[in-house]
Amino acid sequence: MTSTAVGWAGLAASLVLVVVALALSGWQRLRLGRSILWAAARAGVQLLLVGLALRLILDPDASVWWAWLWVGLMVVFAGRVIRNRAREVPGAALLGTVAMLAVIVVSLAVVFGLGIFPVQGRTIVPLAGMMIGNSMTSCVLVGRRIVAEITERREEVEARLALGLSSADAVRPFVRAALRTALIPQIESTRAVGLVFLPGAMTGLVLAGVDALDAVEVQLAIMYLVLGSVATSVAVMGLGLSRRLFTDDHRLVELTRPVP
Amino acid sequence: MTGTAGLLEMEGVSYETADGTRLLDHVSLRAERGRITVLAGPSGVGKSTLLRLANRLAVPSAGIVRLDGVDCATLDSRHLRRRVGMVFQRPTPFAGTVADNLRVARPELDDAGALEALRRVGLSSDMVGRRADDLSGGEAQRMCLARTLLTEPEVVLMDEPTSSLDPDSRLAIERVVSELVRDGLAVVWVTHDLAQARRLADHTVVLLAGRNATDAEAEAYLAEREDER
Repeated sequence: MTSTAVGWAGLAASLVLVVVALALSGWQRLRLGRSILWAAARAGVQLLLVGLALRLILDPDASVWWAWLWVGLMVVFAGRVIRNRAREVPGAALLGTVAMLAVIVVSLAVVFGLGIFPVQGRTIVPLAGMMIGNSMTSCVLVGRRIVAEITERREEVEARLALGLSSADAVRPFVRAALRTALIPQIESTRAVGLVFLPGAMTGLVLAGVDALDAVEVQLAIMYLVLGSVATSVAVMGLGLSRRLFTDDHRLVELTRPVP
Repeated sequence: MTGTAGLLEMEGVSYETADGTRLLDHVSLRAERGRITVLAGPSGVGKSTLLRLANRLAVPSAGIVRLDGVDCATLDSRHLRRRVGMVFQRPTPFAGTVADNLRVARPELDDAGALEALRRVGLSSDMVGRRADDLSGGEAQRMCLARTLLTEPEVVLMDEPTSSLDPDSRLAIERVVSELVRDGLAVVWVTHDLAQARRLADHTVVLLAGRNATDAEAEAYLAEREDER
C-alpha cells in the first residue's frame, strides 16, 4: 500500500481551487467572496477538529464505547438537522431521531452480527456516519413529501376517512407514493454506481493505495448497507408520520403549509 | 334515547379553531328519517364545519351530537362515519377505476353489486371500468354518492354537492337523493341556492355568523335571497 498523505503543503496547494472560485466571484460580481472564504475556512476547522477527535476514538487502545458515544451524538444531531430541514413536518425531530436510531440498530446489527466488518471504533464511526448521512436526506424528503401531499389532497384524505376507513388506510396511497419517491433516487444511484460516478468510500480507499478489487468489495458492502438503511429510515419516518398526522379517533390534524 | 331511528341531533354545538377563533356558537340541528333538512346561510358562516362535526372529521368544543339518541363521542368514529355518510362540495374521485372507487367503501363488492350501486345513482353500467379521473363533474359526484351509499348510511350529509355542476347533473342528483329519502334516508343538505332549497327542503335551518338564525332573521335572509333572484 502506497501512502497518499496530502500533507500540509498539499492542502495549502489545494487552496488554489478556492482562489479560482474567489476569482470567478470577483470577475462576475457574484458577491460570494466572503461566503466562499467563510465556507472554506469553516470546513477546514470542522474537519480538522473531527480528525483530531477521530484519532482519539480510533486509537486501537481506546475503549470502543467512545465510538458508540460518537454514534449516539450523530443520531441526536441528525434528528436536529431533520427538524431544521423539514420544519412543516410535525414531530420531525423525534421521528427523525427514532428513524436514525432504527437505521443504526438494523444496519450495524447486520454488519457486525454477520461479521462483515469487525466491531472496532474505526469501523463503527465511519459506517454509522455513512448510514446516517444518506438516510437523513431521504428522511427529510419522505417527511416533506407526505405533508405536502396530505395538505394538498386533504379533501381526498377526508373523503376516505368519511367512508369509515382507518387513518392508516386513508393515507396509505400517499405514504406509498412518498416512500417510492424517497427510495427511487437511492435505487438509481445504486444502479449507476461505477458507470456514472465512483463512490466516496471506494475513491478514498483507492487514493489511499488499497487494491482496487478490495476497495470494490468494501464499497459494495457499504452500498448495500446504505440501500437498506435508507429503506429502514423512510419506512420508520413514513409510517411514524402517518400516525402522527391523525388523532386516535382517526381525524386529520391541522397542518401548516409546506415551505416551498 | 329519543327512539327515532336514524335521527341525528346536534344540540348547542360550538366549535373553535386551534387559534381560538369561534366558528360555531351553540348551534342546534335535527335530521330525521325520510326528511331533507336544508342548511342555508351566507358563505363562511360555518355550515361545512357543522357537517364535519356531525361526521366527526372534527369534534365540537362544546355541545353534543347524538345519533339515534346516543352521544357520538362515545361511538367508534369509523363506525359512526359509516352510519353518517358525507358527500363533499367538490367531487373526490380516488385513483383507479369507478369499481376501484366503490370498493374503497366496500372491499367485498362484486361486479353485480358495483353495477347495482351505479344504477342506484343513475349512472350507466358501462362506467364501471372507466378511470374515475376521466368522469365529468356530475358523473364523478354521482359516483361519490354511490360510494357513500355503499356504507349503508342512515344519514347523508351533502355539503353543497351540486354547486359546481351543470343544471342537468344538479337535477339528477336531487332526483336520486329524493328517492333515497322516500326510502327512509335522513339527509342534511347545505345549499346557497334558494330554488334548490325550496325544491328539496322538508325543513330549513338558517345559520348566520356561526349561530342559528331566529325565525325573524331566517325569514329576512330567505326573503333577501328571493329579491336577489
